Amino acid sequence: MLNYTFHWNQAFKALPQMLDGALVTLQIALLSMVIGLALALTLTAFRLSGNRILSGFATTWVEIARNTPALFQIYMAHFGLGNFGIHLSPYTALLVGIAFNNAGYLAENFRGALKAIPDTQTRAGRSLGMTPVQAFRLIVLPQMLRIAFLPVTNQMVWAILMTSLGVTVGMNTDLAGITQELNARSFRTFEFFALAAVIYYIIAKLVTLAARLLAARMFRY
Amino acid sequence: MFDTTLTWNDLAFLAQGAAMTLAVTAVSVTAGTVLGIIFGVLRVQLGAVWAAPLTFVLDVFRSVPLLIQLVLGNAIQAIAKLGWAPFTTSCVVLSLYTAAYCSEIIRGGIEAVPATTRRAARSLGMTWWQDMRYIVAPLATRVSLPAWIGLTLGVMKDSALVLWLGLIELLRASQILVTRLQEPLFILLICGVIYFVISFPIARFGGYLEKRWSPND
Repeated sequence: MLNYTFHWNQAFKALPQMLDGALVTLQIALLSMVIGLALALTLTAFRLSGNRILSGFATTWVEIARNTPALFQIYMAHFGLGNFGIHLSPYTALLVGIAFNNAGYLAENFRGALKAIPDTQTRAGRSLGMTPVQAFRLIVLPQMLRIAFLPVTNQMVWAILMTSLGVTVGMNTDLAGITQELNARSFRTFEFFALAAVIYYIIAKLVTLAARLLAARMFRY
Repeated sequence: MFDTTLTWNDLAFLAQGAAMTLAVTAVSVTAGTVLGIIFGVLRVQLGAVWAAPLTFVLDVFRSVPLLIQLVLGNAIQAIAKLGWAPFTTSCVVLSLYTAAYCSEIIRGGIEAVPATTRRAARSLGMTWWQDMRYIVAPLATRVSLPAWIGLTLGVMKDSALVLWLGLIELLRASQILVTRLQEPLFILLICGVIYFVISFPIARFGGYLEKRWSPND
C-alpha cells in the first residue's frame, strides 16, 4: 500500500532553520499578546466607563473579533486596509490581525472575571476615600487578573497556533512560512509538516508549563 | 467607495462559498460530536491512567495549528493512496479536531454530575446504561451545551482554513472576487458580514442558555 519513501534526514537537516522560524512564531505570539492585553484592558475600561459611545465601541470590537474567523481578520489587515492606502507587510498584518483577535477574546475573559468580584469591594474602597480609578486599579484589577490568568494562558496558546495563518498572506519567516517554503522546494510535505507539528506541540506545552510555574509563584497566598 | 462592479452573479458565488462553509461545518461537527461523545465517555470510564494515550492523542489535535493538521492530513491521504477529494480530507481532519475539543466538553459535563447522584441511581437498581441515559445525560447536557455551541461556532470559523486545500468556501470565494474586482475592502466586508450574521445570533443564544442554566448566578 505504501510505496512512499520517507526522507527524514532532509527534514532534520532543515531543523535549525525551522527553529529560527519557531523563534519568530514565539515573538509574534508574545507581541500580539502584549498588544492584545493592553487593548483588552482599554476595552474593559471603556465598557466600565458608562459612556455609551465608548462602551458601544468596545462591544462592537469584541463581537467582531469573536464572530468572524481569525483568518478573515488577518485578510482584512493585509488586503482590506489597502483601500485606505495602508499597505502592511505580512508580518505586520499578521501581528495586527492576531492582536485584534486577542483583544476581543481577552476583553470578554476580563468581563467574566469582573463578574466574580463583588461590587461591595469597589464601594468599600470608595468609602475609604479612594478615587474610582484607585479603587479599580488597587482592588479590582489585581483580583481580575488573577481570575483571568488561566483564560489568558489559553489565549496565548491560541495566539501561537494562529501565527501559522501568516503563511496564507505570504509570511515566510515564521515556522509555518519556513516549512511551506522548504516544502515548495523539495515536496517532502509530510516530513516537513510533521516536524513542524512536533515543534508547535512542544512550544505550546512549554508555554503552558511556564504559565503554570508563573501562576504558582505569583498567586500563592 | 460603494460604487462597485459587483454583480448578482458574484453575490451568488459568495453564497455558494457560504454554503460550502456550512456544509463542511455541518459534516465535521456531526461526526466530531459523535466521536467526541465516545472519546469523552471512554476517558471518564477508563480513568486518567488508562485513558492517558487517548488523552495525549486528543491533546495533540488541540496543540498543533489546524492549518498544519490539514496539510498533514492531505499528505497522509496522498501517501496512503486513498484518493480523497479535498472536501473529504477537510471534513476528516476537522472532525478529529472537533472531536478533540468535544471530548473535553463531554468529560467536563459528565464529571459535573455529582458522584452521589450516580451512586443513588445505581443503588436503585439502574444499569450503567440507564444511569447514563436517564441521570447523567440530562444533567451533563446542561453543563455541556453552551460550551458545545461555542465549539460549533469555533469550527465554523476555523473551517475558513480549508481554503488551503483548494476548497472554495466563503473566504476563498471572496478572495477570488477580490482578485478580479480589485475592491478588497468592500468584498471582504460582505464576507465578514456573512460570517457575523451566521455566528452572532447563535453565539447570543449560547450565552443566553449559559446564563439561564447556570445553577446559582
